[in-house]
Amino acid sequence: MDRISDIFASKKPLVVFTTAGYPDPARSEEGIVAAIENGADIIELGVPFSDPMADGPVIAAASQQTAERGYNINDVLALAGRIRAKFPRVGIILFSYMNPMLHFGYEALCAELTRIGVDGILPVDLPLEERAELLGPCREHGLHMIPLVSPLTPPERIREIVDGMTGFVYYINVAGVTGARRGLPADYPRLMEQVKSLTSLPVASGFGIADAETAKQAAAHADGVISGSGFVKALASGVKEAGDFVRTLADALR
Amino acid sequence: MNTHYGIYGGQYVAETLTGALRELEKAYFDAKQDPAFQAELDDLLRNYVGRESPLYFAKRLTEHCGGARIYLKREDLNHTGAHKINNTIGQALLARRMGKKRLIAETGAGMHGVATATVAALFGMECEVFMGEVDVARQAPNVDRMHALGAKVRSIKEGSRTLKDAMNAALREWTATSRETFYLIGTAAGPYPYPMIVKDFQSVIGKETRRQCLDRCGRLPDEVVACVGGGSNAIGMFAGFLDDPGVRLVGAEAGGLGIESGKHAASINGGRVGILHGMKAYFLQDANGQMLDTHSVSAGLDYSGVGPEHCYLADTKRAAYTVVTDEEAVAAFDLLCRLEGIIPALESSHAVAQAVKDAPALGPDGIIVVNLSGRGDKDMDNIKTYKVNHGQDL
Repeated sequence: MDRISDIFASKKPLVVFTTAGYPDPARSEEGIVAAIENGADIIELGVPFSDPMADGPVIAAASQQTAERGYNINDVLALAGRIRAKFPRVGIILFSYMNPMLHFGYEALCAELTRIGVDGILPVDLPLEERAELLGPCREHGLHMIPLVSPLTPPERIREIVDGMTGFVYYINVAGVTGARRGLPADYPRLMEQVKSLTSLPVASGFGIADAETAKQAAAHADGVISGSGFVKALASGVKEAGDFVRTLADALR
Repeated sequence: MNTHYGIYGGQYVAETLTGALRELEKAYFDAKQDPAFQAELDDLLRNYVGRESPLYFAKRLTEHCGGARIYLKREDLNHTGAHKINNTIGQALLARRMGKKRLIAETGAGMHGVATATVAALFGMECEVFMGEVDVARQAPNVDRMHALGAKVRSIKEGSRTLKDAMNAALREWTATSRETFYLIGTAAGPYPYPMIVKDFQSVIGKETRRQCLDRCGRLPDEVVACVGGGSNAIGMFAGFLDDPGVRLVGAEAGGLGIESGKHAASINGGRVGILHGMKAYFLQDANGQMLDTHSVSAGLDYSGVGPEHCYLADTKRAAYTVVTDEEAVAAFDLLCRLEGIIPALESSHAVAQAVKDAPALGPDGIIVVNLSGRGDKDMDNIKTYKVNHGQDL
């Protein structure tokens, strides 16, 4: 089995998103190491982008600030390589808006990701209608393309989205942009169970996972839990804070 | 349905928005086949907007240029002072049909914001307009107009604080509220079906112009010129002539301080293919795919991208896209004020400047139509600042 499937087969993994290079290159790397050492099973490395239009204030600011400093996709790939060298078993997913990937070249990017040992790509702004252009190169190089499903996605579309995909499904808990909210929506359990009934892939729960309590609630129905803004915010305070934050989420899932 | 123009266009949005785009597409095709919808739209365009707008022969400008006869399509005479209202009326009717009670919009120069606030008032809808902080400052009269019309204006303080960032913010808001909110996009850009819808509602410009030109001149023009930021007034004008291969279509991009200066907003002439705001199109960006800040004296053209159909028309050479600098646009602004008694928007002044350049070569038998997309009241402060900074007489 591949690394991602192994991870989901063994536990309900904790997935941690961070904007690569934020708050600065050194602390970003230390933060990721702290996350892994404190129980993160999969790291989503966000490629900084000037126009993060699907992100809420925390990640949007991190992304724009980091992009402005000139930290680019090449730096993200180098970081991914160093994380892979240190942690052979952790899952690594590249999380990116389409434009930086388009400029790198889909084919060249997929080849490079495979060489480095990155497990897959999560394209933020690439729905079913447009995904063929990147899915081809991903498949050719044995990379997962992580599909996203939202609370507004109807069942028949969920079937189309997950059809033929690998890795895991990212379920967006809240119709909106990234960022912590007060708890999960009331219809979360029903919608999450519906997604699970429509795919044989594991389904991870992301958006709005602010603390141990929401992580636990999400994990009661999901196959894995994703933290993004919460971790980025903690990391802005310090590497130790980021590690502690991950520890509380990881404990909540065990 | 074809959602692309060649390789351009498409629907590059987060999954959460795809349902809202499907809903919009369906509502639009339903409305298009409904004679009652078309009748109400026509009635409002005639009696509320004041269509049709005149095609005016600019005699003194023509004499000054010494060449082709220059006609102005007077979209500046529309209610609210620009072409934007053609589209906001249409989309607001769609919103009402879809049961949406709230309109949101992005705006650069503020003309689309005003046109959206206007139709929100007309239809009794809530309205919030997203506008970059830089534009809020340089287009203050339009901010006041939006407030007067009952709209909220949200000043966007991130990124370059102009139209691109306003659109990011509006898309975020729509992602969170699409069930009750209608996103009224003002330019012929964004994810499908917006470029198609905006073009269709703006195509009234080109259709009228074609008919008026045949009536008045007995033939089609040799050239039609429009300014291009996102490209809504240009695509509306071009729409009337796409099937007339003898009519040269010219889009004037905002050259700012000149392409070589790097300070401009000419996405087709100076940009590369990219993906943003739901579409594949030309964007001004660096080698790593980060969008660049743009510069233009005109807020309405100050956008790093351009609508997908323009990209396609450029690649296929059906339309030519030229570059007009700030300096040339301001000079054309002065010319039109002094020779014709018409104060054009700085955006439209780019198209006037292009016509001034092209007229002599066409000779006195030639005909050029300029889409005078908006009036310039909103720009008086900018003109003054520009002239003071450049040591010109006011």
